[in-house]
Amino acid sequence: MPSTLFKNARLLDPWTHLDQAGDLLAVDGSIRAIGADAAADAPADAVVVECEGHCLAPGLIDMRVHLSEPGHEYLEDIETTSRAAVAGGITSLVALPGTEPVLDEVSTVEFVSRRAKKLGLVNIYAYGAATRGLAGKDLTEIGLLAQAGAVGFTDGTRAIADALVMRRALSYARTFDQLIVQHPEEPNLAAGGAVTEGEIATRLGLPGITPVAELIMVERDLHLVEITGARYHVAHVSTGAAIDAIRRAKARGLPVTCDTAPAYFMLNETAIEEYRTFTKLSPPLRPEADRRAVVEGLRDGTIDAIASDHRPHDQDSKRLPFTSAAAGIIGLETLLPLALTLHHKGDVPLSRVLRALTQAPADILRLPIGRLALGAAADLVLIDLDRPYRIRVDQFKSKARNTPFDGMPVQGCVVKTFVAGRNVYSADR
Amino acid sequence: MDKSPSPLFPHRHLLGIDGLKADDINAILDLAEGYVEQNRADDKKRSVLRGRTIINLFFENSTRTRTSFELAGKRLGADVINMSVDGTSIKKGETLIDTAMTLNAMHLDALVVRHHESGAVHLLADKMNCAVINAGDGAHEHPTQALLDALTIRRRKGSLKGLTVAICGDILHSRVARSNIALLNIMGARVRVVAPRTLLPAQIERLGVEVFHDMARGLADVDIIMMLRLQMERMNGNFLPSLREYFHFYGLDQAKLAKAKPDALIMHPGPINRGVEIDSAVADDIDRSLILGQVEMGVAVRMACLDLLMRTDAKRNDA
Repeated sequence: MPSTLFKNARLLDPWTHLDQAGDLLAVDGSIRAIGADAAADAPADAVVVECEGHCLAPGLIDMRVHLSEPGHEYLEDIETTSRAAVAGGITSLVALPGTEPVLDEVSTVEFVSRRAKKLGLVNIYAYGAATRGLAGKDLTEIGLLAQAGAVGFTDGTRAIADALVMRRALSYARTFDQLIVQHPEEPNLAAGGAVTEGEIATRLGLPGITPVAELIMVERDLHLVEITGARYHVAHVSTGAAIDAIRRAKARGLPVTCDTAPAYFMLNETAIEEYRTFTKLSPPLRPEADRRAVVEGLRDGTIDAIASDHRPHDQDSKRLPFTSAAAGIIGLETLLPLALTLHHKGDVPLSRVLRALTQAPADILRLPIGRLALGAAADLVLIDLDRPYRIRVDQFKSKARNTPFDGMPVQGCVVKTFVAGRNVYSADR
Repeated sequence: MDKSPSPLFPHRHLLGIDGLKADDINAILDLAEGYVEQNRADDKKRSVLRGRTIINLFFENSTRTRTSFELAGKRLGADVINMSVDGTSIKKGETLIDTAMTLNAMHLDALVVRHHESGAVHLLADKMNCAVINAGDGAHEHPTQALLDALTIRRRKGSLKGLTVAICGDILHSRVARSNIALLNIMGARVRVVAPRTLLPAQIERLGVEVFHDMARGLADVDIIMMLRLQMERMNGNFLPSLREYFHFYGLDQAKLAKAKPDALIMHPGPINRGVEIDSAVADDIDRSLILGQVEMGVAVRMACLDLLMRTDAKRNDA
């Protein structure tokens, strides 16, 4: 494989606290040299990528993506998901197990990584199901699945509701030092609900979910983490109360981490007015105070990671009355610009935003990726940090179109994406 | 083609009370007054909407509201077709949007819709070129019910302004309550809601109501008592332990009624559950109960709504 020399970049890396002008040399898919002398090491036939002072950072790691293959290829297949990912600057993603069939057996987990490797566009990792068929009853073969490559265990969009099952999942996962990822919502308390309980739900006549449903599940789990010692991750945390609980647990030294999705720091529950089904999410959008708590959690590091929670739906699933409409939005191609709004507004420093998209998910998943380090895979994204534009869903590579962010003005875009040194995406100029 | 709305009622659709102004509401009520008289005459039929087509599209069972709208349309000379979508194409997989587009292609002049989900009528209205009237969507709104209630009250009390109205019962699931709360606030009445806490939605006080959990206190010195129908299936959802207990604490009987003003009037959107939310003798008290009057006003108000939404000014002048 030829070498690639990235010239005149602003090298940005949270892992090594790097933020300086310089060059980077990739040879055979790995990072060979970083900094002023990188150019000197470059072989004569190296491909030169002129970075024009743009930011060269580790490729993003999206730790929460709903794959539609296997099972729902009409929505999106692994190829379109991959193309959307690299267009969004994502070089590694983690698939949730809620495919059809469910990723609860070695064969299905291996299928996903085999398909991804064959395409060679983006690194795809997978979570194994925590319980068989995501039914919340019987544990999957966590040890064997981990050997087959599963990077953590979760029931996806379903909370592991039964306290005894959760206790055993945590205990058993700890045996193999595996991560359990929870959808933080007490399902009985949330049953039938479509939006967060409160004035807006009441005005619209929509069935509400008390935000306490998130807190109850998180607090219960934290007690179980305390007695099991297992690594526990809260997905898409969205309420100030749950973030506080996690903040306290971290202070006590519990092995807990969490992520959020851009919708929870970009939007509040007022976005659902007029019954806009593109704003129907699970967990639902929250009041403004919670949105601010999410921003604060990202700022102080309580929230470790930002994940897209990319979830494709077709039009028929969204053009329905609100309670019948499917929950979830796509997010691969909006992850970076929406996360960068935190930086541009001055809410969260750039290095922390970038860490939430690279180093943090790598650390949570214990993967040796997401860093500009010698010998690490040359998974890179070149970012024009300041370019203003409007999000245009008609230009997305994703097959699905369900996003509430179409037309939103943002700042910062992906210029080029490289996976193992190979240029897998270049923005149209 | 879109028809330009009447200056008296500058709205294309009637999807809810929320968003209307006092002038809009008065325009409907004033016009409805005339139709009350027309409906009491031997010759009940006019031709102001002759040549117009109305479809009553009901996704939820309803005899009273559908009949009321049907009579309203026919008495104004329109052709009215009833569609009950329980066993038809929706079950075969046709979406709500497809249904709207199909009906739209038939050149309707008005579509009256009832649906069990909040917001469903808004979704349909977006796709229709004709006027759409919400005949009840989920737990959201039922605007013609609030309008007929307003007409009923206005005819007995002269005005809604300054009256105290208690709305009692299953507020949580009630579109009637939401539309009435909105309308009564717009018209300057004071609104109370009375219910056990399990049947009240979160932050209901933000909609402009005073909340009571004790019926006797909630009814103290009120001018109007609006009882809501209790859906029997609420028993299964743990909202209430028993009908017996509900009636004991929240059923309207003579003792609780005595707390209200001596000339307080009783309303109910019907059909009533005797002995569940209201005592039979109270419901049938012709001096106090406006329940049948509400039904009468319903036809007149719906005539006024159809008229205002469908008639152009040229036609109004030569009618």
